[in-house]
Amino acid sequence: MSVYIDKNTKVIVQGITGSTALFHTKQMVEYGTQIVGGVTPGKGGTEVEGIPVFDTVSEAVEKTGENASVIYVPAPFAADAIMEATDAEMDLAICITEHIPVFDMVKVKRYMEGKRTRLVGPNCPGVITPDECKIGIMPGYIHKKGHVGVVSRSGTLTYEAVHQLSEAGIGQSTAVGIGGDPVNGTDFIDVLKDFNDDPDTEAVIMIGEIGGTAEEEAAEWVKANMNKPVVGFIGGRTAPPGKRMGHAGAIISGGKGTADEKIRIMNECGIQVAETPSVMGETLIQVLKDENLFEKCKTH
Amino acid sequence: MNIHEYQGKEIMRDFGVSVPNGHVAYTVDEAVEAAKKLGSDVTVVKAQIHAGGRGKAGGVKIAKNLDEVRTYADEILGKTLVTHQTGPEGKEVKRLLIEEGCDIKSEYYVGLVLDRATSRVTMMASEEGGTEIEEVAEKTPEKIFKEVIDPVTGLTPFQARRLAFNINIPKESLGKAVKFMLGLYEVFVQKDCSVAEINPLVTTGDGGVLALDSKLNFDDNALFRQKDIAELRDLEEEDPKEVEASKYDLSYIALDGNIGCMVNGAGLAMATMDTIKHYSGDPANFLDVGGGATTEKVTEAFKIILSDENVKGIFVNIFGGIMKCDVIAEGVVEATKQIGLTLPLVVRLEGTNVDAGKKILDESGLNITSADSMAEGAQKIVELVK
Repeated sequence: MSVYIDKNTKVIVQGITGSTALFHTKQMVEYGTQIVGGVTPGKGGTEVEGIPVFDTVSEAVEKTGENASVIYVPAPFAADAIMEATDAEMDLAICITEHIPVFDMVKVKRYMEGKRTRLVGPNCPGVITPDECKIGIMPGYIHKKGHVGVVSRSGTLTYEAVHQLSEAGIGQSTAVGIGGDPVNGTDFIDVLKDFNDDPDTEAVIMIGEIGGTAEEEAAEWVKANMNKPVVGFIGGRTAPPGKRMGHAGAIISGGKGTADEKIRIMNECGIQVAETPSVMGETLIQVLKDENLFEKCKTH
Repeated sequence: MNIHEYQGKEIMRDFGVSVPNGHVAYTVDEAVEAAKKLGSDVTVVKAQIHAGGRGKAGGVKIAKNLDEVRTYADEILGKTLVTHQTGPEGKEVKRLLIEEGCDIKSEYYVGLVLDRATSRVTMMASEEGGTEIEEVAEKTPEKIFKEVIDPVTGLTPFQARRLAFNINIPKESLGKAVKFMLGLYEVFVQKDCSVAEINPLVTTGDGGVLALDSKLNFDDNALFRQKDIAELRDLEEEDPKEVEASKYDLSYIALDGNIGCMVNGAGLAMATMDTIKHYSGDPANFLDVGGGATTEKVTEAFKIILSDENVKGIFVNIFGGIMKCDVIAEGVVEATKQIGLTLPLVVRLEGTNVDAGKKILDESGLNITSADSMAEGAQKIVELVK
């Protein structure tokens, strides 16, 4: 078991003919992901890497029966691509694209209200269920199949956490990158809920960063609802206030969204927070041992 | 992206949002000329820098005649203003806004921001104009009123009316206040603002409603479709290294330490800074080379890091996903050769094409210390710069 994606997930790539998309399409195919089609308006009827290309998402759905889309469309057109995937009633749309104007995302979120599609991202590394399906840009080889769920606002920090877990013999059920933008589709609480309900996930590692209050809200949710251990990390402890640290969402403004405040609330809600990013894995392992879950989670 | 107050007011004027008449001046003579043109009884001379708190720092003066305009303009132009937002080094004033004075009756606050919890734009208003909104939020949160705006309808008149009633705008000014708020929302969405703050918004003796100050910030990601806004960027207001970095699409922020950092991904870049600090080192910068880095970009990143003379060593920390380790490695080698780097360099590579990357570094014959983890890399560079 896993969340969102597994070996049966059929994927199309929106913007497949772009160079980044092509590189990662090859990587996904190599990993074993079922890439059944691609969409680039105006290039319908052609093929890339043996994958059929369609003009529209709805046509791709009709011809291939896919249920997930990964979006590499450039930022000015990405919001439209997400809405097209939503209109085609996909189960899942994962948007990798970064630098989408925030007001475009405000409109996208409004458009998606009440519709069936789950959006992950934008500005995220994607979702991976090890040994089954990889959708996105993460390096596949660092992941090992197992029972720890990973959810993160940062791409490269997710890799860091996963790498530490795998090196220590702890596999992952699914790793979900929710992205670093202030307006995104799936949030921490959505993923925590699904990990809580996933019989194959025994514990969760949640990686946040400065800015906003998503981590605080997630911590409160964990305290009230979660029946599996959660450990955390918050990036940006040393970031100066008022400066936007790369991600549009990572900014401390008006004294809000500091790492210390997030860590304090997470601790209060029973979430152990790793002191440095280098000990995210160790922190989780200690908790697994305390909860008698270590043997169960030790996969290799 | 930030712009100056006078530029913000010009944009608002274009959208029919009422602001006092005024002109920008770069010299004392231009300031006097502008005041003559305005012909008002009272003229306000306002320093134009990208920071708040100008009034308290002596950057805003009220002149009763042209001689006073000359005196104040002369005093403020070229002066370095230190406010709570400029940092201790302050900012030199190079432009003035010469504005007509007005008969202020009451001061209010009106602002628009993105509310992350609802993923909607939210208008905030308060009777406590002239005070920092953060301070109001802390001391008297009940005095801040909010309206969450549906992007389909935009701010509706009833929402604007509700805000105006809540903050006790006098009846004779109500219609104008509503028009002001609706106009400000149009500016916000049509110009892709990230923040629009009017503090204070004032009512005047004759029932008028005006923005006495304006702070508009813009969404950097939308500048591709806001060419006129992008042209308003004042490079003199920004750190020259940050300006240079932005030319190459690098996300760079200067800090006070001595360890230069080059990292891919904002989260990992922050975490790298945190780790260096943890081992008692001090990062000189935040630098995210982004996903699509090329050899050229990496070389430029190195040059920017090294243009900070405090830098005593560099830590490159890459976990390749979209970024390929071999590209970074080539960039590191190329940059090291081009620049003739003599400072200690620690490189940690992991992720996509890592073996190819490590091979390039090993075969380069350069003096590069490699590390297998972020912690190891951080410890090594902290040791090397001692």
